[in-house]
Amino acid sequence: MTALGKLFRTTTFKLTLVYLTVFALFAAFLLGYFALNTRRLITEQITETVNAEITGLSEQYRIGGIRRLVIVVDARARRPGSSLYLVTTFNGDALAGNVTALAPGILDNPGWTETAYRRLDEAEGPARPAREAHPVHLALVRVFQLPGGFRLLVGRDLEERERLYRIVLSAGRWSVAIVIVLGLAGGLFVSRRVLRRVDAMTETTKTIMDGDLSGRLPVAGTGDELDRLAQNLNAMLERIEALMQGLKEVSDNIAHDLKTPLTRLRNRAEQALRSAGNDAEYRAALDATIEESEGLIRTFNALLMIARAESGQARDDMNEFDAAEIAHDVGELYEPLAEEKGITLKVEADVPARLKGNRELISQALANLVDNAIKYVAPQAGPANGVAPEIVVQALNSGDRILLTVADTGPGIPEADRGHVVERFVRLEQSRSQPGSGLGLSLASAVARLHGGELTLEDNHPGLKSVIALPRGGPLQSAG
Amino acid sequence: MRILVIEDDRDAADYLVKAFREVGHVADAATDGEDGLALALDGQYDVLIVDRMLPKRDGLSVIGTLREKGIETPALILSALGQVDDRVKGLRAGGDDYLPKPYSFTELLARVEVLARRRGARTEETVLRVGDLELDRLSHQVRRGGEEISLQPREFRLLEYLMQHGGQVVTRTMLLENVWDYHFDPQTNVIDVHISRLRSKIDKGFSQPLLHTVRGAGYMIRDGAR
Repeated sequence: MTALGKLFRTTTFKLTLVYLTVFALFAAFLLGYFALNTRRLITEQITETVNAEITGLSEQYRIGGIRRLVIVVDARARRPGSSLYLVTTFNGDALAGNVTALAPGILDNPGWTETAYRRLDEAEGPARPAREAHPVHLALVRVFQLPGGFRLLVGRDLEERERLYRIVLSAGRWSVAIVIVLGLAGGLFVSRRVLRRVDAMTETTKTIMDGDLSGRLPVAGTGDELDRLAQNLNAMLERIEALMQGLKEVSDNIAHDLKTPLTRLRNRAEQALRSAGNDAEYRAALDATIEESEGLIRTFNALLMIARAESGQARDDMNEFDAAEIAHDVGELYEPLAEEKGITLKVEADVPARLKGNRELISQALANLVDNAIKYVAPQAGPANGVAPEIVVQALNSGDRILLTVADTGPGIPEADRGHVVERFVRLEQSRSQPGSGLGLSLASAVARLHGGELTLEDNHPGLKSVIALPRGGPLQSAG
Repeated sequence: MRILVIEDDRDAADYLVKAFREVGHVADAATDGEDGLALALDGQYDVLIVDRMLPKRDGLSVIGTLREKGIETPALILSALGQVDDRVKGLRAGGDDYLPKPYSFTELLARVEVLARRRGARTEETVLRVGDLELDRLSHQVRRGGEEISLQPREFRLLEYLMQHGGQVVTRTMLLENVWDYHFDPQTNVIDVHISRLRSKIDKGFSQPLLHTVRGAGYMIRDGAR
């Protein structure tokens, strides 16, 4: 496709053409209307003048008879720029006036006519031979029958009217031509500019499609719709890149955290086959195998949950409910377990905290946080760090957000590590020995993000305070 | 009890049939939706186990068709889709219970037995009794040997559910689903602690324990003297 062909096919250019046609038609219509109206106006003026003159001259004739009329007409006919006059007898012999060469038979029909004519002075004046070539002009005349058989003809030259009409017409043609030329040029200019930017975008998109996810669309900084589009596409690319990165990390982690127990599973089965001698030993090996596979299923389910929360599928299941109720329910579920481990678990959620979201997922996120807290506080339970072991679950209203917090008196998490504990599978070195898939915080974080909120980890002096902050109204559609 | 397994994975179906027979039930298998529907229409079964995704006819459609024809045989849906909305869809289509894959046989068995006995079961009774333990669902009073036991509301719900299914194995997941209405895995076995609390209230000081742990499966409340 040629560059020009491409240009003509742009949306901008097509739009320009449409506008151009509309404007040209409008201009033509406007000027045409103007021309016709002007013509009508001039004709009206002529008619009025001629009527007034005829009335005046008839009056002269009534007062002073034909002689007086002839004198007045002669006088008027000589004035420069005068109207056209002719007074004749009833056989048509001219008595006075300044016109000749009228179309034959004009004088026989009283009333208005358009006719060709020649001025007397032109016809006789040898000084103006050039005018002889175009001796004929056009006039609008009225023939009036005077009492006594005389006829009076009064008229005005139409040259002025015709000239004006022609000027307006040619102005019309020119302006339409200018509109078209300027419009086309402007359209081409704008289209080329837009086309150049779109071409740049297309180019970048191609490199991105070829696999270079770090590419970003150029933003001109003008804040127009193309910029907004580019910015949004860039945000989308950002998200895709993060997701791809996440996917890669997850597959690495899955490889590690699922393959390790799978290997153990297999080893155990192999060893049982190889060395178990009696029923009891087989039984023990099978029990261990089942336990191991249960752990695997658990990890797998948690991963699926996270994937589901992160992909936003669960957004369909959002309802309004009271987060304070959830805090009480989850607290009630874990309270016996905490007590058994010598930990005081308190729920502080006396004020309703209504919000829109997925009740099941939020319950699970909170349950995970409480479960984690119990796991990490438990080894410290007792007087070891001088603080009575305690976990406080809260549901708070904070402006347009609902905060679900779990604060414990455990060892806490060093500030530098807080960011990456939320990532999937990451567990701090010292806790690798603890049971659990290590996905609790990741899930809580994914659930928070699904709702347009976030999970933050804070210092509880001593201990850890996990906060799930959720917008009251549920996730906005635009939220990442 | 007669059980029909509709499952397209022949290995899984054979395994289930064999396992049910081993525990004393009669089980048949169908490997696609049409066969399954034809067998189920005989109405000779106490429980149907229906895989969600089947060749020829989808599992939900099998159940839907049965219900339309007025056949109310309890149906348990098995599915690889374990999310809450999938469960809701399954139950709405006429399923009575929903178990995500992979499942353990003990869990499946416990649920199937509960389903089979649900018809004409004790759900309408206002006073539940197991041995000398008595639970009044209207006045919310629990007595053992005539002596009143005070329970927290959740402990009451827990005991009520166990007693409704007296003599049957009830798994931890079943308790979590039916007593707490949670459909997720709370990682740690919180249910065990609730049970041991309940146990200390109803069994402590009595020579005959009623609340039993069934190893590898769950819990059961029954009159030990029987």
